[in-house]
Amino acid sequence: MSAAGRTGAGWWMLILPAFLLLVVFYIAPIAQVLTISVTEPELGLGNYERLFTSSAVQRVIETTLRICLITTVLALLLGYGIAYAITLARPRAQGWWILAVLVPLWISVLVRAFAWVTLLRRQGLVNNTLLGAGVIDEPLPLVWNEFGIIVGMVHYMVPFAVLPMLASMREIDPRLLAAARGLGASRGEVFRRVFLPLSLPGVIAAGVLVFIFSLGFYITPAILGGGKTLMVAEWISLQILDLIRWGLGTMMATMLVAAILVTLLVFSRIVDLRRIFGAGA
Amino acid sequence: MSAAAGHALGLRGLTKRYGDFIAVNDVSLEIGQGEFVTLLGPSGSGKTTILMAIAGFVAPSEGAVLLDGRDITPLPPEKRNFGMVFQGYALFPHMTVAENVAFPLRVRGMSKADRDAKVRAALDLVQLAQFAGRLPKQLSGGQQQRVALARALVFDPSLLLLDEPLSALDKKLRAELQEELKALHRRVGRTFINVTHDQEEALSMSDRIAILNHGRLVQAGAPGELYERPRTRFVADFLGKSNFLEGTVRQPAPGGFMLEAGASRLAVAHGQGAALPPGTRSLLSLRPEKIALLAEGETAENQVEGRILSWSYLGAGFALRIATPDLGELRAVLPAWKSPVAPAEDLPVRLGWSADAAVPVEEDAA
Repeated sequence: MSAAGRTGAGWWMLILPAFLLLVVFYIAPIAQVLTISVTEPELGLGNYERLFTSSAVQRVIETTLRICLITTVLALLLGYGIAYAITLARPRAQGWWILAVLVPLWISVLVRAFAWVTLLRRQGLVNNTLLGAGVIDEPLPLVWNEFGIIVGMVHYMVPFAVLPMLASMREIDPRLLAAARGLGASRGEVFRRVFLPLSLPGVIAAGVLVFIFSLGFYITPAILGGGKTLMVAEWISLQILDLIRWGLGTMMATMLVAAILVTLLVFSRIVDLRRIFGAGA
Repeated sequence: MSAAAGHALGLRGLTKRYGDFIAVNDVSLEIGQGEFVTLLGPSGSGKTTILMAIAGFVAPSEGAVLLDGRDITPLPPEKRNFGMVFQGYALFPHMTVAENVAFPLRVRGMSKADRDAKVRAALDLVQLAQFAGRLPKQLSGGQQQRVALARALVFDPSLLLLDEPLSALDKKLRAELQEELKALHRRVGRTFINVTHDQEEALSMSDRIAILNHGRLVQAGAPGELYERPRTRFVADFLGKSNFLEGTVRQPAPGGFMLEAGASRLAVAHGQGAALPPGTRSLLSLRPEKIALLAEGETAENQVEGRILSWSYLGAGFALRIATPDLGELRAVLPAWKSPVAPAEDLPVRLGWSADAAVPVEEDAA
């Protein structure tokens, strides 16, 4: 072996532990999931056939996609407003704003889901207030349905939408906005023709991030859906833990991973993915 | 681009305070039609704040901005119709060169056909027609600067405001673009207001220079007038280099006096009417290039003996630091090709200058 070759092998030895860790804890389990999905209960693509034949499977996928899209759109709209306000705020106020965005992230997702249940249930704060004010006669069905899931998920996702958009807005040179006004553009036109297009990479990044997170979301939909509205993650857990249908569960898990990879692949052609995960700037 | 004459701009007692800090202090200035005026000053002198007040980005605390005698102080920037070239150009990175130049026309609701014709004319004016489809980041600094100029001129603005337009460029390119900017000013015949801290740029391009310090207008005038007749020590020091001679006024007469500094008596012919009272302290500014090194037997109206402290060769000339007994250290710059002596450290020399070379200046108010 040449001297250069030995040095090369030495370097490779250094990353070996990380490589082994990755194989044992990530790649092997995923490979196993893939294997189970084509071997249980019998060898073949029978589980995948259900994607086209079973209306129950199709309904779960449809529900998941619908909830994820609505969540993504709402989180982007709310997040854009917040990120815009933070960008325009004075430096001192910016710190407080960012703290307010981050604090929910530090609170357990379980706590937040139950907090929403308390607020939204039949005798919850929202229904009681509305009933007391005479606005409604019957409690509104605010939880244990799609509405409840979306409320909880949007609440969880907004910080993830704000951060990439904020990063992208902060990169916009304020002189460009001044220049646009100096050249005769009204405030509305400055926003539409300069600010919005320049913040678009952040919007796309935030959208991808929120959508991917939403696809595999488990706790919030499980608690706020009350078992009546099933999303993919909860459905998988139901198949494997309660119905012991490993083949079907792992098939859906494989589809979930595939969906995430496809989403990333599509958007990596549009935006620089490193920006989404914070390595940009 | 029509050759319509530029507009006149007036500043009346313009003042801008930020809390206790006074950024601009009671500045009044008249800028005539088609003039090229430069606001010159060190950083923090208030020059950019004045430009931003003219553009409408900064609301003055007191005073007014007038366009052709009409008060425009309350107008927002987008209603003023002023072209502006920002520091760093502020080209829109997501638009091509042509889209950048078309931007001011688009927000004015001009039809596409008219827009295209105007954009082409503006890009021709700055010789960038072949780059219309490129993005700003694909252009060099000098080309970006010309795009910014085309964008600022395409909508026939009443004024063109330039905020340190050349500061991002290297020295050689800066000299080239100074020429270009001056030629452009002559071609479009508009009023240009330029802000810079670069005195060479100000001297070479402007019809008139307004010198600012600590938010105040110190002196305004043609470049030559400011250079030859600085009013204060700051102006003499900031615009070019200067020696300062301090002494007592003796034998005052209309247009001149003798300055007594230690054992030396220097003849001063300032050519100004009022005679200074004898015995007062006076400060003179003497430009280094007006000091000559006297050859054996040569005489001058003022002669001082000294010793060379240090010297450097600049190609075209020598820069000398000379110690004198009565006037302290003097700086002199002389053409290298006709220097009567070869400079050397500690060499005794005789310096000479004419009576009208030094001009009295005021000390600046603190």
